[in-house]
Amino acid sequence: MNTPTLTRSVNRRDFLKLTGLAGGGFALAFYIRSGGEAAAAEAAAASGDFAPNAFVRISPTGAVTIVSKQPEMGQGVKTSLPMIIAEQLEVPWSEISIEQGDFDEKKYGGQGAGGSNSTPNNYDNFHLVGATVRTMLVEAAAQTWGVPAAECRAEKATVIHSSGKSLKYGQLVTKAATLPVPAKDAVTLKQPKDFKLLGTRIAQFDTPKIVTGKSLFGIDVKLPGMVYAVYEKCPAFGGKVVSANLDQIKTLPGVKDAFILEGNGKVKELVPGVAIIADSTWAAFSARKQLKIVWDEGKVVNESWETFVTQAKEKAAQPGGRVLRKDGDPDAALAGAAKTVEAHYIYPFISHANLEPQNTTAHWHDGIMEIWSPTQIPTIGTGMVNRVLGIAPDKIKLHLNRAGGGFGRRIGADYLIEAAAIAQKVNAPVKLTWSREDDMRHDQYRPGGLHFLKGGVDAKGKVVAWKNHCFTFGEGGSPGSGGSLSGDEFPGRWIANYQAEQTMFDTGWPMGPWRAPGSCVFAWVMHSFIDELAHAGGRDPLELRLELLGDKDEMPAGGAGGGAAKGGKQAAAPYNVARMRNVLKFAAAKAGWGTKKFAKGSGAGLAFHFSHRGYFAQVAEVTVTKDGQLKVDRFVTGADIGAQVVNLSGAENQVEGSVIDALGVMMYQELNIERGRTVQSNFNDYPLIRITDAPAKIETHFLKTDYPTTGLGEPALPPVAPAICNAIFAATGKRVRQFPLSRTDLRWS
Amino acid sequence: MSKYTLNVNGQSRTVDVASDTPLLWVLRDSLDLVGTKYGCGVGLCGACTIHLNGVPTRACMTPVSTVGRMKVTTIEGLAAESGKLHPVQQAWSDLDVAQCGYCQSGQIMTAAALLKDNPKPNDEDIDGAMAGNLCRCATYMRIRAGIKLAAGLTTAGKGGAQ
Repeated sequence: MNTPTLTRSVNRRDFLKLTGLAGGGFALAFYIRSGGEAAAAEAAAASGDFAPNAFVRISPTGAVTIVSKQPEMGQGVKTSLPMIIAEQLEVPWSEISIEQGDFDEKKYGGQGAGGSNSTPNNYDNFHLVGATVRTMLVEAAAQTWGVPAAECRAEKATVIHSSGKSLKYGQLVTKAATLPVPAKDAVTLKQPKDFKLLGTRIAQFDTPKIVTGKSLFGIDVKLPGMVYAVYEKCPAFGGKVVSANLDQIKTLPGVKDAFILEGNGKVKELVPGVAIIADSTWAAFSARKQLKIVWDEGKVVNESWETFVTQAKEKAAQPGGRVLRKDGDPDAALAGAAKTVEAHYIYPFISHANLEPQNTTAHWHDGIMEIWSPTQIPTIGTGMVNRVLGIAPDKIKLHLNRAGGGFGRRIGADYLIEAAAIAQKVNAPVKLTWSREDDMRHDQYRPGGLHFLKGGVDAKGKVVAWKNHCFTFGEGGSPGSGGSLSGDEFPGRWIANYQAEQTMFDTGWPMGPWRAPGSCVFAWVMHSFIDELAHAGGRDPLELRLELLGDKDEMPAGGAGGGAAKGGKQAAAPYNVARMRNVLKFAAAKAGWGTKKFAKGSGAGLAFHFSHRGYFAQVAEVTVTKDGQLKVDRFVTGADIGAQVVNLSGAENQVEGSVIDALGVMMYQELNIERGRTVQSNFNDYPLIRITDAPAKIETHFLKTDYPTTGLGEPALPPVAPAICNAIFAATGKRVRQFPLSRTDLRWS
Repeated sequence: MSKYTLNVNGQSRTVDVASDTPLLWVLRDSLDLVGTKYGCGVGLCGACTIHLNGVPTRACMTPVSTVGRMKVTTIEGLAAESGKLHPVQQAWSDLDVAQCGYCQSGQIMTAAALLKDNPKPNDEDIDGAMAGNLCRCATYMRIRAGIKLAAGLTTAGKGGAQ
């Protein structure tokens, strides 16, 4: 994702030339890339507002509006990113109103929300946006008073002169609108020591709407004349419709139409199916129960999870399909090791299970496809509408709705393209609502995987050899999202005799990014096995990890092993070992690692992981009852996400949610695919974690460093499961090597 | 299709729908009260929790034909007529409980019913009462804290928004 920054000075005359706007108002944009902002500027000018860029609007009454460009799905960016602008703008938070921007990347720059990138990609720009507007308001006051701007300061939406006189921002709007936008160099950024808003706890801007049930989410959209759609797809992935009882369906109460869509042949785009259009959601849901469809299920019916697991176990000792990395001579090192450990780890496919089922409203009118959708990366949906339906990009209008959970699922745009394809055949706005069962059976799943590991330690317990044969799952010849192990995955590069191989089973199953793709499973495997080696060598798990990390401050990507791994973002980045060492020690100190005595059945475990630009170390304290029930008593996170936590409330909420999400995944989540279709259908057979399993105590500590501020949607999650599983081992001597937890008997006596 | 006159948030509302229509869809599609959410359709997630005569009830499992004269209270009707938020809504705001927010109207309705029955719940009471409401973002720590704050068992402080 890129966020173009095209900050430059444009004076009023140039701007007027650019837009043809004359008199009566003012507007300029930082993102001078098209006429998109000109329209907004004209609208602002007509109202007398001061709208010097695409993000800030100040009215003569003093009302300050900030436009939030990123999709909001619970990660909190609709609040946290505007906080950055407000900090620099010197406007009290209580006086700010936030609007969700429509999809318009020419106006706003990149709008994709994923990869925990919204904060790092916008952080510096938004400081500049706020500071630039503040600079213009200060200049407007200085000119009004005929004093140097240096004698003026901004505070609480007011410019104050050293003599004590002051003018409110609203009073300065007209004057400010006549001023040129200053160049970046002429803008002084407020420094972190002076921050009053950033780092404090601010409730989400949408909170009043959330707690009173106002229309907010994609599924809440209602338009005049709107009709309601459901869309039945083949239970087997990619199956085609041979025939359906459309004539009968059309006679049912409330049904307006029913038709078949052929699909575009791609399992994550427009999938073949039968659409029913009705005058209410319930009429559509009810009619659907009467559907009789003959499907052509295709070859996918030959593919089952259990069959692949059996094959993987048979092939584990054979050479892998691909060597991801090889350093030294792992076989010789294993042969010479004082102790060796061999184990295999298995994790299933899982679903995203957003609580708001997938939905999109679309209206095909006047040659325009107008769409309302809870989507994470809008360009994926609009690109699909363009490619699959042949609608020109400038004829696609997309409104971004708050999403009831993302977790990577809404990077996929299958539901959006379905709604648009249906809308092309319906002469009205149409809202497509997936049932919970649709959502679970037609997700883009996190791929499952198996790892067959061998490790060796020397007489002092130092790790001297590591081999891993990973089995992953592909779709159309490439590993599913997050499915491919990297040759750089820790501890690759740190162990002299190291080998990682990967074998892929190709499938016709839809897979997609799930919160911290790859990291969300690999951290569990690696840090569980490191723990096994620590115990085999009689070493303290913290002390062994510090030894493993070593003294070097940075580990470059790639390295001597040359890991043939395809570069993910993480693989391409150097690993800042110093940051990891520090945050590991920090978390251990906060948790009191090594200072507590635990009774049998209780214990502590730890793990760390670097992903999404964040360095995280975590310590779990658990109790396992004699009958095998797990309770997390305390969970401590040490987080290094750089120099500045933006919204402390949101940040802590993301970490707490990540901890419980990861705990829920390890305890309960398992999605079986049999004969090319999903077995589970709803929360009865695919349980999510409930409040009763939430830890008694979660503590989150941020270690402030001098590095750039980075995101929090993902990086807190990966070390959670290994920290807890390592604690389970400490408590019971039972090693969890398969998810979900019900696969392991944790009873002890 | 049949006509039903319902008492929703103190108002008399008449709808013309199929008799098996769940109250959830009557609220959302017919009455434009979209705060009550669809999550699972089978009473497993609690996102559609409303009060029927004050009792927390799954609107997705309640056919409109069974509602009769019972008082339906939805999240839109929980605050006082003056607009003053219910203590649970206020606590949710003070502590910034939500992440995506989709489940929260159901959580709030369940929590409000809990506090009506049990004004000073302990941890076990809270977990027991809230166990039927899923939060996919897993805001459970703040849900617990929100209920304690609403009950006056704690004061707002660290652990949520100020």
